Amino acid sequence: MSVQVLHSTPAPVYDVERVRRDFPILTRMVNGKPLVYLDSAASAQRPRRVIEAVDQYETHSHANVHRGVHALSQEATEAFEGARDRVRRFINASTTREILFVRGTTEGINLVAQSYARSRLGKGDEILITALEHHANIVPWQLVCEQTGATLKVAPIDRRGDLIYEEFEKLLSPRTRVVAVAHVSNALGTILPVKRIIDAAHAHGAVVVVDGAQAIPHTRVDVRALGADFYAFSAHKLYGPTGIGVLYGRESLLAEMPPWQGGGDMIKAVTFERTTYNDLPWKFEAGTPNISGAVGLAAAMDFVDELGIENIAAHEQRLLQVANEELARVPGLRFVGTAAHKAAVISFTLDGVHPHDIGTVLDAEGVAVRTGHHCAMPVMDFFRVPATARASFACYNTENEIGRLVTALRKVREVFG
Amino acid sequence: MDLKDLYRDVILDHKRQPRNFGVIENADAHADGHNPLCGDRLTVSLRLNGDRIEDVRFQGEGCAISTASASLMTEAIKGKDRAAIHDLFTRVHALLTDPGAVPSPDLGKLAALSGVREFPARVKCASLCWHTLNAALERSDATVSTE
Repeated sequence: MSVQVLHSTPAPVYDVERVRRDFPILTRMVNGKPLVYLDSAASAQRPRRVIEAVDQYETHSHANVHRGVHALSQEATEAFEGARDRVRRFINASTTREILFVRGTTEGINLVAQSYARSRLGKGDEILITALEHHANIVPWQLVCEQTGATLKVAPIDRRGDLIYEEFEKLLSPRTRVVAVAHVSNALGTILPVKRIIDAAHAHGAVVVVDGAQAIPHTRVDVRALGADFYAFSAHKLYGPTGIGVLYGRESLLAEMPPWQGGGDMIKAVTFERTTYNDLPWKFEAGTPNISGAVGLAAAMDFVDELGIENIAAHEQRLLQVANEELARVPGLRFVGTAAHKAAVISFTLDGVHPHDIGTVLDAEGVAVRTGHHCAMPVMDFFRVPATARASFACYNTENEIGRLVTALRKVREVFG
Repeated sequence: MDLKDLYRDVILDHKRQPRNFGVIENADAHADGHNPLCGDRLTVSLRLNGDRIEDVRFQGEGCAISTASASLMTEAIKGKDRAAIHDLFTRVHALLTDPGAVPSPDLGKLAALSGVREFPARVKCASLCWHTLNAALERSDATVSTE
């Protein structure tokens, strides 16, 4: 008699232990305890392949780009421009002319503010942002307002940390020239309805700048589907190096914009009478760029695509749910930011304990969280807290680490009674 | 790194029950201090009698270290003149930053702050009140910053 065993193909399981093995830093000890890294919203750690790609480039291929006829310069140029195309595919832009390498999200937003907005806006014009923006999406616009006489408008949020969309829509008018919004709030985790925001802004003739710093590691970003005019993000939030980021810009807008900085690489010909600017995207890339950073970013995108951003997001959402449940049981813990749609970012306070003290006790337990105002002081003011502690989750975090966080928070209670 | 070194009983006591907490009405001098890193703010107000501090109060919102340090400071400076306060500040500053500093016996309860230097990120929390005091003594109404 034979028994037939039916094999069904199991759904692919997200193997977080395997993911963790790609990140050498996760094996280190901090204050005598295994590191629990819950600060990826500030900067994510690098997988081995990013470290190795940068090392490989530095060891074998480094030279300046777009300049030499020699082998290394050509290799470096291929690596750099190859990285640009990797970025284009990652965010589904139609051409590499729309992919500008910048230092990070902050520089990307400043570029739009100074090159696009400053040359076009004047008195009577309005720039619309939201109340949950990072300082990097507030201050560049305040500067433009000072320079041009334009007015900054701020759409409010509610007690959960959600944009009050109706109020946002009411603030849109023919005077609105620029709408600048975070895709995901760094301090609260709120995911904003950017597609809806973009469509509404376009209906009023405004261009939309999206601060994608916190969205890029958690969600599929398709700039064409979104219809964003500008979309900025940093590599180091996406498991890539620091000091490199991307500004996506719609080609028709970039083509009309004046250069932001002058120097090498952004020119075709220079005489003392006249300079002919380079083509896109190089018109906006003055000076020798961060070549190894671009190489690292491309490797980080390979890493993310191989895991699958949807799989990463699902894993993080599971962690978010577990963490919400576990943290809710910690006495005196209050969540700051409880929007319906959130990335895996949890800001919180503990009654009677300042976030700085939380951070220090957690650190002694090997648990790294961010404490402070998260470069979003208006958000802190809105929730009437000086600061929060923030735990943020990435592809490599585990449920066990949430347990370590909760244990460490109980330790905080022990210390402060 | 031992947490007990930082959060000593004296510190926790002053954090729970800050001394001289509040504002002096019609103060002779006051200043606001701000640590932009963590958002801590505090106000120091003084009643002066010539060169001497007759009364001092502080008010603000901060972490355990910043609150306890301010509370301890107010206790330590009451009745002292500017020269003595300057001398005290120099010794507290050394205590907070110099790994080799041995707390002098006359620092009294302020010696409890010696654990802070093992936690470099927290030194500014402990020194904010002193910088604010200095600003008040200079009769400056400007907001000072630890940056």
